[in-house]
Amino acid sequence: MDIRPILSTLRRHKITALLLVLEIALTCAIVCNAVFLISQRLQRTEMVSGVVEHELLQVTVANIGKPADAKARAQEDLALLRRIPGVTAAALVNQVPFTNSSSNTSIKLDPTQKLPTLNATMYMGEGLIKTYGARLVAGRDFNADEYMDYDDMRADPNLQSKVGSVVITQALAQRLWPGQSALGKNIYLGDTSVRVIGVMQALIRPSLFMGDDAAQWTMVFPLRLSAASASRYVLRTAPGQRESVLDGAAKLLRKADPHRIILHKKSLDDIRSDFFQNDRAMAGILVGVIVALLVVTALGIVGLASFWVAQRRRQIGVRRALGATRRNILNYFQTENFLLATIGIALGMVLAYGINLFLMLHYELPRLPAVYFPVGAVVLWLIGQLAVLGPAMRAAAVPPVVATRSV
Amino acid sequence: MFSYYLDLALRSFRRNKALTALMVVAIALGIGASMTTLTVLHVLSGDPLPEKSSKLFYPQLDPQDMDGYKPQDDPPAQVSWTDGMALLHARRAHYQALMTGGAVPIQPAQSSIDPFFEDARYTSADFFPMFDVPFLYGHGWNATDDEASARVAVLTRELNDKLFGGKDSTGQTLRMDDVAFRIVGVLDSWRPTPHFYDLNTGSYSSDEGVFVPVTTATDLKFARNGSTDCWDKGSSENMKAATCTWLQFWVQLDGPAEAAAYKDFLLNYSREQKALGRFQRPPNVRLHDLMGWLDFNKVVPSDVHLQVWLAFGFLLVCLVNTVGLMLAKFLRRSGELGVRRALGASRRSLFAQLLVEAAAVGLAGGTGGLLLALLGLWLVRRQPSDYAALAHLDLPMLLATFVFAVVASLLAGLLPAWRACLIPPALQLKSN
Repeated sequence: MDIRPILSTLRRHKITALLLVLEIALTCAIVCNAVFLISQRLQRTEMVSGVVEHELLQVTVANIGKPADAKARAQEDLALLRRIPGVTAAALVNQVPFTNSSSNTSIKLDPTQKLPTLNATMYMGEGLIKTYGARLVAGRDFNADEYMDYDDMRADPNLQSKVGSVVITQALAQRLWPGQSALGKNIYLGDTSVRVIGVMQALIRPSLFMGDDAAQWTMVFPLRLSAASASRYVLRTAPGQRESVLDGAAKLLRKADPHRIILHKKSLDDIRSDFFQNDRAMAGILVGVIVALLVVTALGIVGLASFWVAQRRRQIGVRRALGATRRNILNYFQTENFLLATIGIALGMVLAYGINLFLMLHYELPRLPAVYFPVGAVVLWLIGQLAVLGPAMRAAAVPPVVATRSV
Repeated sequence: MFSYYLDLALRSFRRNKALTALMVVAIALGIGASMTTLTVLHVLSGDPLPEKSSKLFYPQLDPQDMDGYKPQDDPPAQVSWTDGMALLHARRAHYQALMTGGAVPIQPAQSSIDPFFEDARYTSADFFPMFDVPFLYGHGWNATDDEASARVAVLTRELNDKLFGGKDSTGQTLRMDDVAFRIVGVLDSWRPTPHFYDLNTGSYSSDEGVFVPVTTATDLKFARNGSTDCWDKGSSENMKAATCTWLQFWVQLDGPAEAAAYKDFLLNYSREQKALGRFQRPPNVRLHDLMGWLDFNKVVPSDVHLQVWLAFGFLLVCLVNTVGLMLAKFLRRSGELGVRRALGASRRSLFAQLLVEAAAVGLAGGTGGLLLALLGLWLVRRQPSDYAALAHLDLPMLLATFVFAVVASLLAGLLPAWRACLIPPALQLKSN
């Protein structure tokens, strides 16, 4: 099809054509970036935790006053919880993934180092690794005789040096000793050193305040907690039994010591879902904006195309009278829209890249992958063609006899 | 003249119903989205204490050891017990308060309410006068109560409603964590937004239900909420001696001279502590005022900023769309405009007529936008974030919506109106 007549017509409607191009460009730029943001948010909600999420439950308690024998209380509670039908493991721990509350410490590889190497989180609690179902990829879990009482250590800080071992994640091991085995290596916390005896595949930090890159910088210590120093009971059970186990556990804990309050009881699936709810909400908003933008742009194209068709009725009639087929007229308007959309998309790509640079600067976003450009182009071409179809068909329906009438 | 133009505008709307509706809907969508996000930003970046914020300051010191020292670093965001108490007792400011967040088990006297956990604020006495906290019954405690670790408590109106049915409960006893407290005051409704005095427990979280002296809470080892940053030996059973920062310290300083003097005092204090060997780093102090502190901590979530950018991008597309449609519409009426020109109407009056039409579209779009903004804010309130409940439209934002919509569509109308006015009258008449 010859596009010269189209170009010369467009030249006579410069401003209108320019506005349409601008609208398509802006829409293309915003949609590309918005889709990218959505993919980033959704990808974030898929973050690996390293624990058997569908099997875990958390019950948190709060004591009224100080428990009389906190160590015995904890052991009794755990014994009761393990006896609930369906419970395969139970532990009293200091922190739970996705709860936003965490203990963290800076660590060094050499005690004489001036600045710490990095900041990692500290998990503790007897039987934590087994209860969480964290998978070991090297070394071993703690032996029963390696555990120390956390309360004793709080009372006498000199005991800190007696904690000899630590289990860390693969990500932390790779970060500290790239390309080497971490087993047997030492980590320094202040003046005390601990030896790596095991490496886990993954165990996420409970709060991501250090950014998502540091999400897997995790250490587990062989420390036993008491009812005075910890409040989070974690239970492992079959997914189908979670509800009944949760209710049973809360009742049992309450009955064992009525002088306390059950603060929360939740499955880890629910806790995880709460943790990422802002990301999901943002993704939802972005989807809404994209839909609204595409609808507004499509309607704008319909409006302008209808106006042009109405304005050129006589011209169309003359062409039809001179032998142009309906298909010729239809193609004319489709090609015109395709031309405008192409210019708009080209401009939109540049703009999309600019917006992405701005977002990278202010919102710590990665670079927009190149695959978004062709996909964005195809979507806008399609929308343009769909929007122009109605007016173009109306144009094609103009009878040749119009040429003989005055407007 | 104006009413004549309006009449012409209405006639033109009736002629092109679909096109007019499209313009109104586009403006309404753009304005609705922008006003929703702007309202959220406006609420979240507001001044929590407009009458007083310029006088409130947040002093910072650096008491850490040389481990991990970087000269350009900011001092810790909180203070240790030792320094907090020293600054509190120095009384160098008009008011000063040392505080931290926590949670306590409350054991109601009546058996009908089970014991429950309530967020608490452990603070020294000046908290109430310094932050202009309104009292419904009674009053706060005083410095003597702080010194004596007195078992006194102040309740919020909400907690008083829950425990005492809203009656004056001052003088009554409330058991918390197995300890009996005497209620000395009940607050009236008070929710400064953001929760400026402690950003560790959520910038927009709902406030605590009960207040007790920080000395009492520390002596009784009440559970704390918030952040603790330690160095050297770090935290232990005795938080009074711990080498940790875990308390917020606020002062009221009336005027820049007092603020400058207080900063000097902080520097002198740091030098003195360094001479004594307690501090090891070179003196490093900060004295942010309230709004400066909120700014420094970037309390407004970056998602909210992103949403504002997004909404304005959307509005821009809607406006470009409207400009295009308006241009189409005005040019289509070249004949009519040509006749008016030929009959003696000046370019200026044609321009005015077309702008009135654009403004009418804007007003209709503004009304639609307002409804959409109300819907948008209702949707925001259903979101899970802790600031969601705060998203309400106030009068200034309501007026702004209309001004914004009319200005936006006048801007959108400028180019088409100008283009349409350029048409020479004779040509139009001839071509027809």
